[in-house]
Amino acid sequence: MSDKTTPSNNSFLNDAGNRALIFQIVLLVMVVFAGYYLFSNLQSNLDNRGISTGFSFFNEPAGFPILIHLIEYTEANTYGRAFFVALINTFVISLLGIILATIIGVIMGLARLSKNWLVARLATVYIETLRNIPLLLQMFFWYFAVLAALPAPRNSYEFADFLLNKRGIYSPNPIAQDGFGLVIFGFVLSIVASIGLIIWAKKRQTRTGLWFPAYWSSLGVIVGVTFLFLAVSGFPIEFDLPQKSRFNVTGGMVLPPEFVAVLVALSTYTGAFIAEIVRAGILSVNWGQTEAARSLGLRDNLTQRLIVLPQALRVIIPPLTSQYLNLAKNSSLGAAIAYPELVAVVMGTTLNQTGQAIETIGLCMLVYGSLSLSISVFMNWYNSKMSLIER
Amino acid sequence: MAIIFKPSPSLPPPVTSVGPVAWVRQNLFSSPLNIFLTLFSLYLLYLLIPPVIEWGFINATWEGTSKAACTGGGACWAFVVVYFDQFMYGLYPEAETWRINLAVILLIVMVGAFAIKTINKLYLSIAIIFAYPIVAYFLFAGGIFGLEVVETSLWGGLFLTVLLGVIGIVASFPLGVVLALGRRSDMPIAKSVCVVFIETIRAVPLITILFMASVMIPLFLPEGLNFNKLLRVLIGITLFSAAYMAEVVRGGLQAIPKGQYEAADAMGLTYWQSMILVILPQALKLVIPGIVNSFIALFKDTTLVYIVGMFDFLGRIQAANHDANWLGTTVEGYAFAGFVYWAICFGMSRYSMALERKLETGHKRN
Repeated sequence: MSDKTTPSNNSFLNDAGNRALIFQIVLLVMVVFAGYYLFSNLQSNLDNRGISTGFSFFNEPAGFPILIHLIEYTEANTYGRAFFVALINTFVISLLGIILATIIGVIMGLARLSKNWLVARLATVYIETLRNIPLLLQMFFWYFAVLAALPAPRNSYEFADFLLNKRGIYSPNPIAQDGFGLVIFGFVLSIVASIGLIIWAKKRQTRTGLWFPAYWSSLGVIVGVTFLFLAVSGFPIEFDLPQKSRFNVTGGMVLPPEFVAVLVALSTYTGAFIAEIVRAGILSVNWGQTEAARSLGLRDNLTQRLIVLPQALRVIIPPLTSQYLNLAKNSSLGAAIAYPELVAVVMGTTLNQTGQAIETIGLCMLVYGSLSLSISVFMNWYNSKMSLIER
Repeated sequence: MAIIFKPSPSLPPPVTSVGPVAWVRQNLFSSPLNIFLTLFSLYLLYLLIPPVIEWGFINATWEGTSKAACTGGGACWAFVVVYFDQFMYGLYPEAETWRINLAVILLIVMVGAFAIKTINKLYLSIAIIFAYPIVAYFLFAGGIFGLEVVETSLWGGLFLTVLLGVIGIVASFPLGVVLALGRRSDMPIAKSVCVVFIETIRAVPLITILFMASVMIPLFLPEGLNFNKLLRVLIGITLFSAAYMAEVVRGGLQAIPKGQYEAADAMGLTYWQSMILVILPQALKLVIPGIVNSFIALFKDTTLVYIVGMFDFLGRIQAANHDANWLGTTVEGYAFAGFVYWAICFGMSRYSMALERKLETGHKRN
């Protein structure tokens, strides 16, 4: 018994299943043919221009400097190493950007909901301004207008041991001395202890209902124990202070202006979007929930923490994830102000020097693609889990 | 003799619960934290507003031919005034800029004609969608009726920005609808083709697509066939925007209750009939605000064409900043660009919100 209702006198073409099959076969043939056509064009074009394919250029020396590198890199290193330097730069800026943007976004989102009229207005102005101006323009503004207008090294602004000038932000560089291992041991020990403390506090609360300020006290434990170990081992840290000379600054740790401009622009821009998401999430929680919590006698901060926030998070997390994704993709704009991230190094310099367009652009798309697809798969799973099921 | 009870008139509410004093107490000084926040905000405003007004208006210079003319210590708006035409039209020949103005006026008149009740809206829409682009193209590029030919490499400024944004969104719309329908289709191959396309494009930054359009498209075409950079970039932008458009439309399709699909089937409508007559009109109406929002996003993203060497609005400003006569006017240029982008995007976002309220026909559950 089939569940098809097609009468037998209908022709083969009138059957919905057959038509779908034919349509799909045609589509598949077209896609395959288009792919083959483009690929064969590519092959003949590459042959004509004498470009060899493959990633063998990865082992050749790159010959260009990269100003910001977290792993050892010189001009004599290979393109492959340059790629990893750029990859790390992209990850670092994305990660720091995500953290900062979340902090800014939460603060601004809460500020826009504030009962204080002036604060709410200011937050609105911030959000509506930054959201409606292109990110690239904001990056240019920070890099060419703000940071480039800072004084030369010899006239640096000074705050304590920090220096601020055209070349970036200089800070003291901590250098570990003998016996620093002991401090690290103390730090790890305190973290283990505070995790234990939190577990104990939770268990005790379930058993007896008595509440213990576990998070505050574990913070105290971590700071206290680490400081104790520092003192016992005789403060085994020395600071390499930045010294300004006539034309330059020596010593210290430096945050170059390219890095600062990209980070500030990315986090303030994405922060404005996150603020709107946070606000929408909190507003989406029914006011009755707050009233119910109050009638149970919960204090305001407990109402927020235990009732409103967990429900708001359900609404907040999916769009928040996509903002994180946007931020990671937008970090590619750093290429425009010479921050050496993936696009600048691989699709810019490497492509110009080697002419390997397919490999470099493909590689970049693959990196961004795998980053995004993993988040996208997670989001689709989350979406299907959360969406209401109709029949 | 009856005693008649006469209530005395009620007293006015105390000053502390109505009127401006109460408003200030409630909204600005209701708790110690609020007092602190209010004072802090006022201090911030005090730090920001007076210097900006002084710089931007009181000490600003509006006329002059080089930076040397700006002696007031404030903003040098003369820079923007001198470069205004270039910011708007790029390197388009000055004698020919009337063609751009004419095309813009024509579009405004045609869209404005929707307000006339007696006009046939269907014909008008067809004229705008099919006839207008052809007219506009020949106005911009020239080559017929004795109009001087203007190379696309000369197109620039805000003109190019608007062109990229509008063509990107209009061309991506039909593609996006097809992709969205494909993604929700029951046919496994059609579905997977659409999903792969959408997810691949959405996974990578626009900048890689633009690089691909400007560097890789020539490699994929047969020998001898090539088209200009503007068209290649437009293809890149359209494909990029189509993937996002598809997701917006899919949201609308998902929001239509299953009963509508079933009712259309029960009426004996074919797939395309049910989509065009029943589902899409409802779904598209739902997603108009979403489409406006993706237009805003695309409009901001068109700035990236500067990275592949096209001089749109931001690109022109960036180029003008290098003029030796006007060194040190970076802030003015960016302020002007920021204001223009902000005004356009903010205006559109308000419009989208108003539209959302207007289209709200009460089908929502709560």
